Amino acid sequence: MPRPTTTVENFPAPPAHRTKLPPEARMPIPRSGEPDAPKNMARWDRLASIAAGAAMAGYGLVRGKLSGLALAGFGSALVYRGASGRCECYRALGVSTAKRPVATAVPAQEGVRVERSLAINRPPQELYDFWRDVSNLPRVMRHLKSVESREGERSHWVADSVMGETVEWDAEVFNDRPHEMIAWRSLPGGDVDTAGSIHFRSLGHERGTLVEVSMKYTPPGGKLGATVASWLGQGLQQKIDDDLRQFKTMMEAGELPTTSGQPSGRR
Amino acid sequence: MRAVCWYGKHDVRVQSVPDPKILNPRDAIVHVTSTAICGSDLHLYNGTIPTMQKGDILGHEFMGEVVETGSEVQNLSVGDRVVVPFAIACGNCFFCQKKLWSLCDNSNGNAAVADMMYGYSGSALFGYSHLFGGYAGGQAEYVRVPFADVGPMKVPEGMSDEQVLFLSDILPTGFMAAENCNIQPGDTVAVWGCGPVGHFAIQSARWLGAERVIAIDHYPQRLALAREEAQAETIDFSKENVSERLQEMTGGRGPDACIDAVGLEAHGTSPDAIYDRIKHAMYLTTDRSHALRQAIYCCRKGGTVSVPGVYGGFLDKMPFGSAFAKGLKMAMGQTHVHRYMEPLLHRIQGNGQAGFDPSYIITHRMELKDAPRAYEMFSGQQNDCFKVVLKP
Repeated sequence: MPRPTTTVENFPAPPAHRTKLPPEARMPIPRSGEPDAPKNMARWDRLASIAAGAAMAGYGLVRGKLSGLALAGFGSALVYRGASGRCECYRALGVSTAKRPVATAVPAQEGVRVERSLAINRPPQELYDFWRDVSNLPRVMRHLKSVESREGERSHWVADSVMGETVEWDAEVFNDRPHEMIAWRSLPGGDVDTAGSIHFRSLGHERGTLVEVSMKYTPPGGKLGATVASWLGQGLQQKIDDDLRQFKTMMEAGELPTTSGQPSGRR
Repeated sequence: MRAVCWYGKHDVRVQSVPDPKILNPRDAIVHVTSTAICGSDLHLYNGTIPTMQKGDILGHEFMGEVVETGSEVQNLSVGDRVVVPFAIACGNCFFCQKKLWSLCDNSNGNAAVADMMYGYSGSALFGYSHLFGGYAGGQAEYVRVPFADVGPMKVPEGMSDEQVLFLSDILPTGFMAAENCNIQPGDTVAVWGCGPVGHFAIQSARWLGAERVIAIDHYPQRLALAREEAQAETIDFSKENVSERLQEMTGGRGPDACIDAVGLEAHGTSPDAIYDRIKHAMYLTTDRSHALRQAIYCCRKGGTVSVPGVYGGFLDKMPFGSAFAKGLKMAMGQTHVHRYMEPLLHRIQGNGQAGFDPSYIITHRMELKDAPRAYEMFSGQQNDCFKVVLKP
């Protein structure tokens, strides 16, 4: 029914207090463009950039004209890039020539990162419980062939790769807050370097749970693979969206809609 | 089994196809005892709805007997007689819980395509293109009903198929169209299109307290039915200027609510209707929206335009300035059938008052094998052919 027309008498009272959401507890992943973004160029790369940039700038200035001026501008950008050791292009492509820190599964400024979220009309506990048993995941993630729990917090993952190949890796849960969040990362020695987290946050007002997934990975093929994959980053985003939608449907409807196997007059 | 399959514009055939099977735990298989051809099936027949594939089984108005249930279907037993809503809804998502059943999040397996086209996807529908899930329809001997624990309603003992069949679509659709008008005592409601949905919208507007209902069409038989069965006043748009007539009839104020029960294939003889036909023939527009334009234009200031007629794409030359200038409210969408089945069943039964037997709208009863002829007739002879029921 439509709400009655608002009058002085029935004007809605402001809410007594705002619903407080739990504090942000994401994995610390630096965003591109942040001033303190780490250096992503090796020493040789930086020197080469400075040298080439200086030469270009010099030639451009000597040459004069508009095109020369443009060349000088580009050259000085290369000099700046070399001097600062931070390359925006590398960051956008998810590559780096700098030495990797050893401790993390995926170096912060490399690989492909995707963050997606979806509201699911079930309580956080239920969603958490499904996700906590990693062997459930292939039911909602199409590209996963299997996930087996191993001893402790470890698990073994097998996923489809390109051209009918499969990739395998071991992973561990390194952060687990029941009914709130799970974070995992791959262990050295697998085909894929990956790290990810999933957060479950009640939306209140019978609106279910906001599920936020953050995934980061360096696909097989090292830097070249990472570069190609970053070009295909949209594809990864789509894949995670599809997986999240399937997760949602599985949790809400208890099954995934299908028409395969139904009759038709096609022959 | 035998089923009515779509092969292209003006090409439906009755084919032998495999029987449907249970594919999901919440499925049921229903042996269809009665099924109807809907005006919106004509949009498929005329090829104006995209994403149909050759061989798709048509039909979204049907009822029958449960012959098999999936493991999660506890509320139905083999042998139950049920009538099935045309919108497929999971019952558990945000939208189903708000009783917006035709906006279910989970039934359309092709939601990504609809998301791209519409921003978000509505629910799946039986036999209504792959954009809406690609589910096989009920103009067949058997049909698979997904989420059968939510949709189908059991038919009380002693009621005939024809009394309850239209609870699957057109009676709730007409009713929701009228309900969306938020009718107040003294209101005048104008209804464009006196096909079955428009006719039931007229009836429903009466039940909901409209003082006057004005029916607009150009088929004399349809106008006569609206006058005789639903006490409507009528305007024949081929003979009279609709907007002038409506002004006259309402003391210059305009109808309080306007219902467009026509949708994307409006007929019409005005310049804009002819323009639409030409553009459509040249594939320059998807929808011919003359009825909606006129409904917006004729509606009184601050009134409501309610749209049960189906639209699929982009509408050209929509007088949105008029809608804005007059502060109109608009309501539309596929029917949330599940909401209305029980209350309308009560209305049919009467329960102490005079009941309502909607079967009087049926003009043709045919066998399933005659479906191609039925489609041709329903499409070509709308004056005489009002509603076709097929008996598989």
